[in-house]
Amino acid sequence: MQTLDMADIELREMNETLHAQAENTNQTSWEIVNPKGAHAIACGLDAPIEVTVKGSTGYYCGGMNKQATINIEGSAGPGVAENMMSGTVVIDGDASQYAGATGHGGLLVIKGNASSRCGISMKGIDIVVHGNIGHMSAFMAQTGNLVVCGDAGDALGDSLYEARLFVRGSVKSLGADCIEKEMRPEHLAILADLLERAGADAKPEEFKRYGSARELYTFKIDNAY
Amino acid sequence: MCGIVGLFLKDKTLEPQLGSLLTKMLVTMTDRGPDSAGIAIYSNDSMDKSKIVVQSDTPETDFDGLDDALAKVIGAPVSIKTTSTHAVLSVPQGAIENARAALSQVNPALRIMSRGDTLEIYKEVGLPKDVAARFEIEQMSGSHGIGHTRMATESAVTTMGAHPFNTGDDQCLVHNGSLSNHASLRRKLRREGIHIETENDTEVGAAYLTWQMQNGATLGEALESSLDDLDGFFTFVVGTKDGFGVVRDPIACKPAVMAETDQYVAFGSEYRALADLPGIEDARVWEPEPATVYFWSHTNQPTKEKAA
Repeated sequence: MQTLDMADIELREMNETLHAQAENTNQTSWEIVNPKGAHAIACGLDAPIEVTVKGSTGYYCGGMNKQATINIEGSAGPGVAENMMSGTVVIDGDASQYAGATGHGGLLVIKGNASSRCGISMKGIDIVVHGNIGHMSAFMAQTGNLVVCGDAGDALGDSLYEARLFVRGSVKSLGADCIEKEMRPEHLAILADLLERAGADAKPEEFKRYGSARELYTFKIDNAY
Repeated sequence: MCGIVGLFLKDKTLEPQLGSLLTKMLVTMTDRGPDSAGIAIYSNDSMDKSKIVVQSDTPETDFDGLDDALAKVIGAPVSIKTTSTHAVLSVPQGAIENARAALSQVNPALRIMSRGDTLEIYKEVGLPKDVAARFEIEQMSGSHGIGHTRMATESAVTTMGAHPFNTGDDQCLVHNGSLSNHASLRRKLRREGIHIETENDTEVGAAYLTWQMQNGATLGEALESSLDDLDGFFTFVVGTKDGFGVVRDPIACKPAVMAETDQYVAFGSEYRALADLPGIEDARVWEPEPATVYFWSHTNQPTKEKAA
Protein backbone atom coordinates (compact mmCIF):
# COMPACT_ATOMS: atom_id res chain seq x y z
CA MET A 1 0.00 0.00 0.00
CA GLN A 2 1.37 3.39 -1.04
CA THR A 3 0.14 6.42 0.89
CA LEU A 4 -0.13 9.93 -0.50
CA ASP A 5 -0.76 12.55 2.16
CA MET A 6 -2.35 15.71 0.80
CA ALA A 7 -1.23 17.56 3.91
CA ASP A 8 2.33 17.10 2.62
CA ILE A 9 2.13 17.14 -1.16
CA GLU A 10 0.38 19.30 -3.72
CA LEU A 11 -2.62 18.02 -5.65
CA ARG A 12 -0.64 18.03 -8.88
CA GLU A 13 2.14 15.90 -7.45
CA MET A 14 -0.44 13.43 -6.13
CA ASN A 15 -2.13 13.12 -9.53
CA GLU A 16 1.20 12.93 -11.38
CA THR A 17 2.29 10.08 -9.13
CA LEU A 18 -0.86 8.16 -9.96
CA HIS A 19 -0.59 9.03 -13.68
CA ALA A 20 2.95 7.63 -13.70
CA GLN A 21 1.66 4.14 -12.92
CA ALA A 22 1.94 1.94 -15.98
CA GLU A 23 -0.39 -0.82 -17.08
CA ASN A 24 1.81 -3.45 -15.40
CA THR A 25 2.77 -1.50 -12.26
CA ASN A 26 3.47 -3.48 -9.12
CA GLN A 27 2.16 -0.63 -6.98
CA THR A 28 -1.51 -1.44 -7.39
CA SER A 29 -2.84 -0.22 -4.09
CA TRP A 30 -2.90 3.47 -3.15
CA GLU A 31 -4.32 5.47 -0.31
CA ILE A 32 -4.92 9.21 -0.31
CA VAL A 33 -5.20 10.78 3.14
CA ASN A 34 -6.28 14.28 4.18
CA PRO A 35 -8.31 15.03 1.03
CA LYS A 36 -10.34 17.70 2.90
CA GLY A 37 -12.66 18.29 -0.04
CA ALA A 38 -9.91 19.12 -2.52
CA HIS A 39 -10.83 19.30 -6.21
CA ALA A 40 -9.77 16.91 -8.99
CA ILE A 41 -8.43 14.13 -6.79
CA ALA A 42 -7.37 11.04 -8.75
CA CYS A 43 -8.43 12.52 -12.08
CA GLY A 44 -7.41 11.11 -15.44
CA LEU A 45 -6.04 7.82 -14.14
CA ASP A 46 -5.26 5.15 -16.72
CA ALA A 47 -3.92 2.03 -15.01
CA PRO A 48 -5.51 -0.96 -13.25
CA ILE A 49 -4.76 0.36 -9.76
CA GLU A 50 -6.96 0.73 -6.69
CA VAL A 51 -7.07 4.13 -5.03
CA THR A 52 -8.81 4.71 -1.71
CA VAL A 53 -9.53 8.28 -0.67
CA LYS A 54 -9.82 8.55 3.11
CA GLY A 55 -12.38 11.31 3.42
CA SER A 56 -14.64 13.60 1.41
CA THR A 57 -13.69 15.04 -1.96
CA GLY A 58 -14.49 18.25 -3.85
CA TYR A 59 -15.23 18.79 -7.52
CA TYR A 60 -14.48 16.17 -10.19
CA CYS A 61 -12.94 13.35 -8.16
CA GLY A 62 -12.17 10.39 -10.44
CA GLY A 63 -12.95 12.42 -13.55
CA MET A 64 -12.04 10.81 -16.90
CA ASN A 65 -11.11 7.61 -15.11
CA LYS A 66 -9.86 4.63 -17.16
CA GLN A 67 -9.27 1.20 -15.63
CA ALA A 68 -8.69 2.33 -12.04
CA THR A 69 -10.88 1.50 -9.07
CA ILE A 70 -11.41 4.54 -6.87
CA ASN A 71 -13.04 4.25 -3.45
CA ILE A 72 -14.14 7.40 -1.65
CA GLU A 73 -14.55 6.85 2.07
CA GLY A 74 -16.67 9.94 2.50
CA SER A 75 -18.90 12.05 0.28
CA ALA A 76 -18.08 13.41 -3.15
CA GLY A 77 -18.50 16.94 -4.48
CA PRO A 78 -19.94 17.96 -7.85
CA GLY A 79 -19.01 16.06 -11.00
CA VAL A 80 -17.62 12.91 -9.43
CA ALA A 81 -16.49 10.41 -12.10
CA GLU A 82 -17.41 12.93 -14.78
CA ASN A 83 -16.67 11.53 -18.23
CA MET A 84 -15.45 8.21 -16.83
CA MET A 85 -14.32 5.86 -19.60
CA SER A 86 -13.88 2.59 -17.70
CA GLY A 87 -13.03 1.28 -14.23
CA THR A 88 -15.02 1.71 -11.05
CA VAL A 89 -15.73 4.57 -8.65
CA VAL A 90 -17.40 3.72 -5.33
CA ILE A 91 -18.59 6.43 -2.94
CA ASP A 92 -19.45 5.44 0.62
CA GLY A 93 -21.38 8.64 1.32
CA ASP A 94 -23.42 11.00 -0.84
CA ALA A 95 -22.58 12.51 -4.21
CA SER A 96 -23.28 16.11 -5.18
CA GLN A 97 -24.58 17.40 -8.51
CA TYR A 98 -24.00 15.74 -11.88
CA ALA A 99 -22.36 12.55 -10.64
CA GLY A 100 -21.16 10.46 -13.58
CA ALA A 101 -22.05 13.17 -16.09
CA THR A 102 -21.19 12.33 -19.71
CA GLY A 103 -19.58 9.04 -18.60
CA HIS A 104 -18.72 6.68 -21.45
CA GLY A 105 -18.14 3.49 -19.49
CA GLY A 106 -17.26 1.88 -16.18
CA LEU A 107 -19.32 1.60 -13.03
CA LEU A 108 -20.16 4.39 -10.57
CA VAL A 109 -21.60 3.27 -7.24
CA ILE A 110 -23.04 5.79 -4.79
CA LYS A 111 -23.93 4.17 -1.48
CA GLY A 112 -25.68 7.25 -0.14
CA ASN A 113 -27.83 9.69 -2.10
CA ALA A 114 -27.00 11.53 -5.29
CA SER A 115 -28.01 15.13 -5.81
CA SER A 116 -29.46 16.76 -8.93
CA ARG A 117 -28.46 15.93 -12.51
CA CYS A 118 -27.07 12.50 -11.70
CA GLY A 119 -25.99 10.83 -14.95
CA ILE A 120 -26.71 13.87 -17.09
CA SER A 121 -25.79 13.14 -20.71
CA MET A 122 -24.42 9.71 -19.77
CA LYS A 123 -22.97 7.88 -22.76
CA GLY A 124 -22.49 4.29 -21.66
CA ILE A 125 -21.57 4.49 -17.98
CA ASP A 126 -23.47 2.36 -15.45
CA ILE A 127 -24.53 4.18 -12.29
CA VAL A 128 -25.99 2.48 -9.23
CA VAL A 129 -27.30 4.69 -6.42
CA HIS A 130 -28.24 2.93 -3.20
CA GLY A 131 -30.25 5.93 -2.00
CA ASN A 132 -32.20 8.66 -3.79
CA ILE A 133 -31.37 10.94 -6.69
CA GLY A 134 -32.26 14.61 -7.23
CA HIS A 135 -34.03 16.48 -9.99
CA MET A 136 -33.14 16.45 -13.70
CA SER A 137 -31.24 13.19 -13.42
CA ALA A 138 -30.32 11.39 -16.66
CA PHE A 139 -31.17 14.51 -18.67
CA MET A 140 -30.33 13.74 -22.33
CA ALA A 141 -28.84 10.42 -21.25
CA GLN A 142 -27.69 8.55 -24.33
CA THR A 143 -26.69 5.02 -23.36
CA GLY A 144 -25.85 3.06 -20.23
CA ASN A 145 -27.87 2.18 -17.15
CA LEU A 146 -28.93 4.29 -14.18
CA VAL A 147 -30.14 2.21 -11.23
CA VAL A 148 -31.78 3.96 -8.27
CA CYS A 149 -32.65 1.87 -5.23
CA GLY A 150 -34.47 4.78 -3.59
CA ASP A 151 -36.58 7.59 -5.08
CA ALA A 152 -36.00 9.88 -8.05
CA GLY A 153 -36.65 13.64 -8.05
CA ASP A 154 -38.39 15.85 -10.59
CA ALA A 155 -38.02 15.54 -14.36
CA LEU A 156 -36.31 12.18 -14.47
CA GLY A 157 -34.90 11.31 -17.89
CA ASP A 158 -35.89 14.51 -19.66
CA SER A 159 -35.08 14.37 -23.40
CA LEU A 160 -33.71 10.88 -22.96
CA TYR A 161 -32.11 8.90 -25.79
CA GLU A 162 -31.35 5.21 -25.30
CA ALA A 163 -30.19 4.97 -21.67
CA ARG A 164 -32.12 2.62 -19.37
CA LEU A 165 -33.37 3.98 -16.06
CA PHE A 166 -34.36 1.63 -13.23
CA VAL A 167 -36.01 3.06 -10.12
CA ARG A 168 -37.17 1.04 -7.13
CA GLY A 169 -38.94 3.82 -5.23
CA SER A 170 -41.11 6.70 -6.35
CA VAL A 171 -40.43 9.09 -9.22
CA LYS A 172 -41.50 12.62 -8.37
CA SER A 173 -42.06 13.41 -12.03
CA LEU A 174 -40.88 12.22 -15.42
CA GLY A 175 -39.19 14.65 -17.79
CA ALA A 176 -40.26 15.32 -21.36
CA ASP A 177 -40.44 12.16 -23.47
CA CYS A 178 -39.56 9.82 -20.59
CA ILE A 179 -42.04 6.99 -19.97
CA GLU A 180 -42.33 3.84 -17.95
CA LYS A 181 -41.58 0.75 -19.99
CA GLU A 182 -42.14 -2.95 -19.54
CA MET A 183 -39.49 -4.88 -17.66
CA ARG A 184 -38.39 -7.79 -19.83
CA PRO A 185 -36.16 -10.72 -18.83
CA GLU A 186 -33.08 -9.14 -20.42
CA HIS A 187 -33.60 -6.05 -18.27
CA LEU A 188 -33.91 -8.11 -15.10
CA ALA A 189 -30.63 -9.80 -16.03
CA ILE A 190 -28.88 -6.46 -16.53
CA LEU A 191 -30.27 -5.21 -13.21
CA ALA A 192 -29.30 -8.35 -11.30
CA ASP A 193 -25.73 -8.05 -12.56
CA LEU A 194 -25.45 -4.34 -11.74
CA LEU A 195 -26.99 -4.70 -8.27
CA GLU A 196 -24.61 -7.48 -7.44
CA ARG A 197 -21.56 -5.61 -8.67
CA ALA A 198 -22.68 -2.55 -6.73
CA GLY A 199 -23.23 -4.49 -3.51
CA ALA A 200 -26.89 -3.50 -3.33
CA ASP A 201 -29.28 -6.02 -1.81
CA ALA A 202 -32.37 -4.87 -3.71
CA LYS A 203 -34.21 -7.36 -5.91
CA PRO A 204 -34.52 -6.69 -9.65
CA GLU A 205 -38.26 -7.44 -9.54
CA GLU A 206 -38.80 -4.45 -7.23
CA PHE A 207 -37.75 -1.94 -9.90
CA LYS A 208 -39.59 -0.17 -12.67
CA ARG A 209 -37.93 0.63 -15.95
CA TYR A 210 -38.10 4.01 -17.65
CA GLY A 211 -36.91 4.98 -21.08
CA SER A 212 -37.44 7.27 -24.03
CA ALA A 213 -40.79 7.38 -25.79
CA ARG A 214 -38.80 8.55 -28.81
CA GLU A 215 -41.38 11.21 -29.61
CA LEU A 216 -39.27 14.34 -29.50
CA TYR A 217 -38.37 16.05 -32.76
CA THR A 218 -34.84 14.62 -32.61
CA PHE A 219 -36.34 11.20 -33.27
CA LYS A 220 -38.23 12.31 -36.39
CA ILE A 221 -36.31 11.55 -39.54
CA ASP A 222 -37.85 14.55 -41.32
CA ASN A 223 -35.97 16.81 -38.93
CA ALA A 224 -32.61 15.40 -39.99
CA TYR A 225 -30.28 17.64 -41.93
CA MET B 1 -18.99 31.71 -9.03
CA CYS B 2 -18.74 33.17 -5.53
CA GLY B 3 -17.99 31.63 -2.18
CA ILE B 4 -20.31 31.68 0.80
CA VAL B 5 -19.72 30.52 4.33
CA GLY B 6 -21.91 30.65 7.40
CA LEU B 7 -21.55 29.52 10.98
CA PHE B 8 -24.26 29.38 13.61
CA LEU B 9 -22.98 28.41 17.05
CA LYS B 10 -25.08 26.34 19.41
CA ASP B 11 -22.25 25.93 21.88
CA LYS B 12 -21.51 29.21 23.66
CA THR B 13 -17.96 28.14 24.48
CA LEU B 14 -17.12 28.42 20.77
CA GLU B 15 -18.27 32.06 20.60
CA PRO B 16 -14.80 33.57 21.17
CA GLN B 17 -13.62 31.60 18.14
CA LEU B 18 -16.38 32.69 15.75
CA GLY B 19 -14.22 35.23 13.92
CA SER B 20 -11.27 32.91 13.49
CA LEU B 21 -13.40 29.93 12.39
CA LEU B 22 -15.32 32.06 9.88
CA THR B 23 -12.15 33.67 8.55
CA LYS B 24 -10.56 30.28 7.95
CA MET B 25 -13.70 29.07 6.18
CA LEU B 26 -13.83 32.16 3.97
CA VAL B 27 -10.13 32.13 3.09
CA THR B 28 -10.55 28.52 1.91
CA MET B 29 -13.17 29.79 -0.54
CA THR B 30 -10.86 32.45 -2.01
CA ASP B 31 -10.53 30.85 -5.43
CA ARG B 32 -14.31 30.94 -5.87
CA GLY B 33 -14.08 34.74 -6.03
CA PRO B 34 -11.12 37.02 -5.49
CA ASP B 35 -12.78 40.39 -6.19
CA SER B 36 -14.11 41.47 -2.84
CA ALA B 37 -14.95 39.92 0.48
CA GLY B 38 -17.15 40.63 3.45
CA ILE B 39 -18.16 39.23 6.79
CA ALA B 40 -21.24 39.82 8.93
CA ILE B 41 -20.74 39.11 12.62
CA TYR B 42 -23.51 38.97 15.18
CA SER B 43 -22.31 39.68 18.69
CA ASN B 44 -24.40 40.68 21.62
CA ASP B 45 -21.79 42.67 23.50
CA SER B 46 -23.79 45.81 24.29
CA MET B 47 -27.31 45.01 25.43
CA ASP B 48 -28.69 48.55 25.42
CA LYS B 49 -26.85 49.86 22.38
CA SER B 50 -27.46 49.73 18.66
CA LYS B 51 -24.72 49.84 16.07
CA ILE B 52 -24.26 51.50 12.71
CA VAL B 53 -21.21 50.48 10.74
CA VAL B 54 -20.04 53.11 8.26
CA GLN B 55 -17.34 53.02 5.61
CA SER B 56 -15.22 55.78 4.14
CA ASP B 57 -12.45 55.91 1.55
CA THR B 58 -10.84 58.66 3.63
CA PRO B 59 -11.31 57.38 7.18
CA GLU B 60 -8.66 59.68 8.74
CA THR B 61 -10.67 62.79 7.96
CA ASP B 62 -14.20 61.37 7.87
CA PHE B 63 -14.13 59.49 11.19
CA ASP B 64 -12.32 62.19 13.16
CA GLY B 65 -14.92 63.83 15.40
CA LEU B 66 -17.78 61.91 13.77
CA ASP B 67 -19.08 60.69 17.14
CA ASP B 68 -19.36 64.20 18.57
CA ALA B 69 -20.91 65.60 15.40
CA LEU B 70 -23.51 62.83 15.32
CA ALA B 71 -24.20 63.10 19.07
CA LYS B 72 -24.92 66.79 18.67
CA VAL B 73 -27.49 66.20 15.92
CA ILE B 74 -29.34 63.30 17.58
CA GLY B 75 -28.98 64.61 21.13
CA ALA B 76 -27.76 61.30 22.51
CA PRO B 77 -24.36 59.86 23.37
CA VAL B 78 -22.44 58.26 20.52
CA SER B 79 -19.26 56.22 20.75
CA ILE B 80 -17.04 55.26 17.86
CA LYS B 81 -14.63 52.40 17.21
CA THR B 82 -12.59 52.69 14.05
CA THR B 83 -10.95 49.80 12.21
CA SER B 84 -9.34 50.63 8.88
CA THR B 85 -12.01 52.00 6.50
CA HIS B 86 -14.89 51.08 8.78
CA ALA B 87 -16.21 52.62 11.98
CA VAL B 88 -18.76 51.19 14.37
CA LEU B 89 -20.98 53.90 15.83
CA SER B 90 -22.81 52.87 19.00
CA VAL B 91 -25.96 54.77 19.87
CA PRO B 92 -28.63 54.17 22.52
CA GLN B 93 -31.18 51.58 21.46
CA GLY B 94 -34.10 53.35 19.85
CA ALA B 95 -31.95 56.15 18.49
CA ILE B 96 -30.77 54.17 15.49
CA GLU B 97 -33.32 55.48 13.00
CA ASN B 98 -32.54 59.07 14.00
CA ALA B 99 -28.83 58.40 13.83
CA ARG B 100 -29.08 56.88 10.38
CA ALA B 101 -31.03 59.85 9.08
CA ALA B 102 -28.65 62.27 10.79
CA LEU B 103 -25.60 60.66 9.20
CA SER B 104 -26.63 61.89 5.79
CA GLN B 105 -26.54 65.46 7.14
CA VAL B 106 -23.35 65.05 9.13
CA ASN B 107 -21.43 63.50 6.22
CA PRO B 108 -23.32 62.38 3.12
CA ALA B 109 -20.16 60.72 1.74
CA LEU B 110 -20.24 57.99 4.40
CA ARG B 111 -21.48 54.62 3.26
CA ILE B 112 -23.63 52.61 5.63
CA MET B 113 -22.52 48.98 5.81
CA SER B 114 -24.98 47.78 8.42
CA ARG B 115 -27.30 48.75 11.20
CA GLY B 116 -28.79 46.81 14.08
CA ASP B 117 -28.39 45.79 17.69
CA THR B 118 -25.94 42.94 17.17
CA LEU B 119 -24.93 42.99 13.48
CA GLU B 120 -21.65 44.38 12.18
CA ILE B 121 -20.76 44.09 8.48
CA TYR B 122 -17.21 44.56 7.25
CA LYS B 123 -16.55 44.43 3.51
CA GLU B 124 -14.02 45.72 1.04
CA VAL B 125 -12.48 45.06 -2.34
CA GLY B 126 -9.68 42.50 -2.05
CA LEU B 127 -8.93 38.93 -1.10
CA PRO B 128 -10.64 37.36 1.92
CA LYS B 129 -7.36 37.05 3.82
CA ASP B 130 -6.57 40.74 3.30
CA VAL B 131 -10.06 41.94 4.12
CA ALA B 132 -10.20 39.74 7.24
CA ALA B 133 -6.77 40.96 8.38
CA ARG B 134 -7.65 44.60 7.75
CA PHE B 135 -10.68 44.39 10.07
CA GLU B 136 -9.12 41.92 12.52
CA ILE B 137 -12.05 39.57 12.00
CA GLU B 138 -10.14 36.69 13.57
CA GLN B 139 -10.26 38.39 16.95
CA MET B 140 -14.03 38.84 16.89
CA SER B 141 -16.40 36.78 18.94
CA GLY B 142 -20.07 36.30 18.31
CA SER B 143 -23.00 33.93 18.18
CA HIS B 144 -23.22 33.56 14.41
CA GLY B 145 -21.90 35.06 11.21
CA ILE B 146 -21.78 34.78 7.45
CA GLY B 147 -19.09 35.56 4.91
CA HIS B 148 -18.82 36.00 1.19
CA THR B 149 -16.09 36.22 -1.40
CA ARG B 150 -17.16 37.62 -4.72
CA MET B 151 -16.54 36.90 -8.36
CA ALA B 152 -18.38 39.82 -9.91
CA THR B 153 -20.71 39.16 -12.82
CA GLU B 154 -23.51 41.71 -12.81
CA SER B 155 -21.91 44.93 -11.59
CA ALA B 156 -18.69 46.71 -10.71
CA VAL B 157 -16.15 45.56 -8.14
CA THR B 158 -16.66 48.16 -5.43
CA THR B 159 -17.18 48.25 -1.67
CA MET B 160 -20.89 48.78 -2.19
CA GLY B 161 -21.04 45.86 -4.60
CA ALA B 162 -19.45 43.55 -2.03
CA HIS B 163 -21.56 41.22 0.10
CA PRO B 164 -23.10 40.89 2.71
CA PHE B 165 -25.91 43.33 2.00
CA ASN B 166 -27.78 44.80 4.93
CA THR B 167 -31.49 44.29 4.31
CA GLY B 168 -32.96 45.77 7.47
CA ASP B 169 -32.08 46.12 11.14
CA ASP B 170 -29.86 43.15 12.02
CA GLN B 171 -30.56 41.46 8.71
CA CYS B 172 -28.17 40.68 5.92
CA LEU B 173 -27.92 38.64 2.76
CA VAL B 174 -25.16 36.98 0.77
CA HIS B 175 -25.67 35.49 -2.67
CA ASN B 176 -23.99 33.09 -5.02
CA GLY B 177 -25.48 33.31 -8.47
CA SER B 178 -26.94 35.97 -10.69
CA LEU B 179 -30.40 37.46 -10.89
CA SER B 180 -31.68 38.09 -14.39
CA ASN B 181 -34.72 40.23 -13.61
CA HIS B 182 -32.91 42.69 -11.36
CA ALA B 183 -33.38 45.69 -13.67
CA SER B 184 -37.17 45.47 -13.81
CA LEU B 185 -37.41 44.54 -10.14
CA ARG B 186 -35.19 47.50 -9.20
CA ARG B 187 -37.51 49.88 -11.05
CA LYS B 188 -40.51 48.34 -9.32
CA LEU B 189 -38.95 48.52 -5.86
CA ARG B 190 -37.80 52.12 -6.40
CA ARG B 191 -41.37 53.04 -7.31
CA GLU B 192 -42.38 51.47 -4.00
CA GLY B 193 -39.95 53.85 -2.30
CA ILE B 194 -37.21 51.33 -1.52
CA HIS B 195 -33.72 52.83 -1.57
CA ILE B 196 -31.38 50.94 -3.92
CA GLU B 197 -27.93 52.38 -4.31
CA THR B 198 -26.08 50.37 -6.95
CA GLU B 199 -26.59 48.47 -10.20
CA ASN B 200 -25.83 45.26 -8.34
CA ASP B 201 -28.25 42.34 -8.71
CA THR B 202 -27.88 41.08 -5.16
CA GLU B 203 -28.69 44.48 -3.72
CA VAL B 204 -32.04 44.16 -5.53
CA GLY B 205 -32.51 40.74 -3.93
CA ALA B 206 -31.77 42.27 -0.54
CA ALA B 207 -34.09 45.20 -1.23
CA TYR B 208 -36.79 42.76 -2.29
CA LEU B 209 -36.61 40.98 1.07
CA THR B 210 -36.64 44.33 2.88
CA TRP B 211 -39.73 45.39 0.94
CA GLN B 212 -41.53 42.12 1.64
CA MET B 213 -40.81 42.42 5.34
CA GLN B 214 -41.87 46.07 5.42
CA ASN B 215 -45.18 44.81 4.09
CA GLY B 216 -45.59 42.39 6.94
CA ALA B 217 -43.90 39.23 5.70
CA THR B 218 -41.69 37.27 8.04
CA LEU B 219 -38.20 36.52 6.79
CA GLY B 220 -39.31 32.96 6.07
CA GLU B 221 -42.26 34.21 4.03
CA ALA B 222 -40.06 36.72 2.20
CA LEU B 223 -37.61 33.98 1.26
CA GLU B 224 -40.49 31.75 0.23
CA SER B 225 -41.89 34.42 -2.11
CA SER B 226 -38.42 35.17 -3.50
CA LEU B 227 -38.64 31.74 -5.12
CA ASP B 228 -41.56 33.06 -7.22
CA ASP B 229 -40.42 36.62 -7.85
CA LEU B 230 -36.69 36.36 -8.42
CA ASP B 231 -35.58 35.02 -11.77
CA GLY B 232 -32.09 33.62 -12.00
CA PHE B 233 -29.66 31.52 -10.08
CA PHE B 234 -29.23 31.88 -6.39
CA THR B 235 -28.05 30.27 -3.26
CA PHE B 236 -28.87 32.79 -0.53
CA VAL B 237 -27.69 32.76 3.04
CA VAL B 238 -29.43 35.30 5.27
CA GLY B 239 -28.47 36.42 8.74
CA THR B 240 -30.88 37.70 11.36
CA LYS B 241 -30.50 38.84 14.94
CA ASP B 242 -31.02 35.36 16.28
CA GLY B 243 -30.23 33.01 13.46
CA PHE B 244 -29.48 32.26 9.87
CA GLY B 245 -31.34 30.83 6.92
CA VAL B 246 -30.57 29.21 3.60
CA VAL B 247 -32.54 29.02 0.38
CA ARG B 248 -31.60 27.81 -3.11
CA ASP B 249 -33.44 28.39 -6.37
CA PRO B 250 -35.35 25.42 -7.84
CA ILE B 251 -32.61 24.60 -10.37
CA ALA B 252 -30.00 24.62 -7.59
CA CYS B 253 -26.88 24.67 -9.70
CA LYS B 254 -25.07 26.96 -7.27
CA PRO B 255 -23.41 24.66 -4.78
CA ALA B 256 -24.20 24.39 -1.08
CA VAL B 257 -23.09 22.04 1.67
CA MET B 258 -24.20 22.08 5.28
CA ALA B 259 -22.90 20.40 8.39
CA GLU B 260 -24.51 20.10 11.80
CA THR B 261 -23.10 18.93 15.12
CA ASP B 262 -24.16 19.52 18.73
CA GLN B 263 -21.91 22.58 18.65
CA TYR B 264 -22.84 24.35 15.41
CA VAL B 265 -24.61 24.50 12.07
CA ALA B 266 -22.26 25.44 9.24
CA PHE B 267 -22.75 26.38 5.62
CA GLY B 268 -20.19 26.33 2.82
CA SER B 269 -20.26 26.63 -0.95
CA GLU B 270 -18.00 23.60 -0.84
CA TYR B 271 -17.10 20.96 1.69
CA ARG B 272 -13.53 22.34 1.69
CA ALA B 273 -14.78 25.32 3.69
CA LEU B 274 -16.06 23.02 6.43
CA ALA B 275 -13.19 20.55 6.47
CA ASP B 276 -11.30 22.18 9.36
CA LEU B 277 -14.25 22.78 11.69
CA PRO B 278 -14.01 21.02 15.06
CA GLY B 279 -15.74 17.64 15.07
CA ILE B 280 -16.50 17.72 11.33
CA GLU B 281 -15.68 13.99 11.07
CA ASP B 282 -18.80 13.19 13.05
CA ALA B 283 -21.02 15.95 11.71
CA ARG B 284 -24.18 15.31 9.73
CA VAL B 285 -23.23 16.67 6.30
CA TRP B 286 -25.81 17.22 3.58
CA GLU B 287 -26.82 19.36 0.64
CA PRO B 288 -29.78 21.66 1.21
CA GLU B 289 -32.70 20.82 -1.09
CA PRO B 290 -33.70 23.15 -3.93
CA ALA B 291 -36.57 25.59 -3.36
CA THR B 292 -36.65 24.84 0.36
CA VAL B 293 -36.23 27.41 3.12
CA TYR B 294 -34.04 26.32 6.03
CA PHE B 295 -33.71 28.32 9.20
CA TRP B 296 -31.87 28.03 12.49
CA SER B 297 -32.53 30.32 15.43
CA HIS B 298 -31.04 30.80 18.86
CA THR B 299 -34.42 31.71 20.32
CA ASN B 300 -36.80 29.34 18.55
CA GLN B 301 -36.78 25.68 17.74
CA PRO B 302 -34.92 25.07 14.49
CA THR B 303 -37.18 24.83 11.46
CA LYS B 304 -35.20 22.64 9.17
CA GLU B 305 -37.97 22.45 6.66
CA LYS B 306 -40.17 25.29 5.62
CA ALA B 307 -39.88 28.34 7.84
CA ALA B 308 -42.99 29.90 9.33
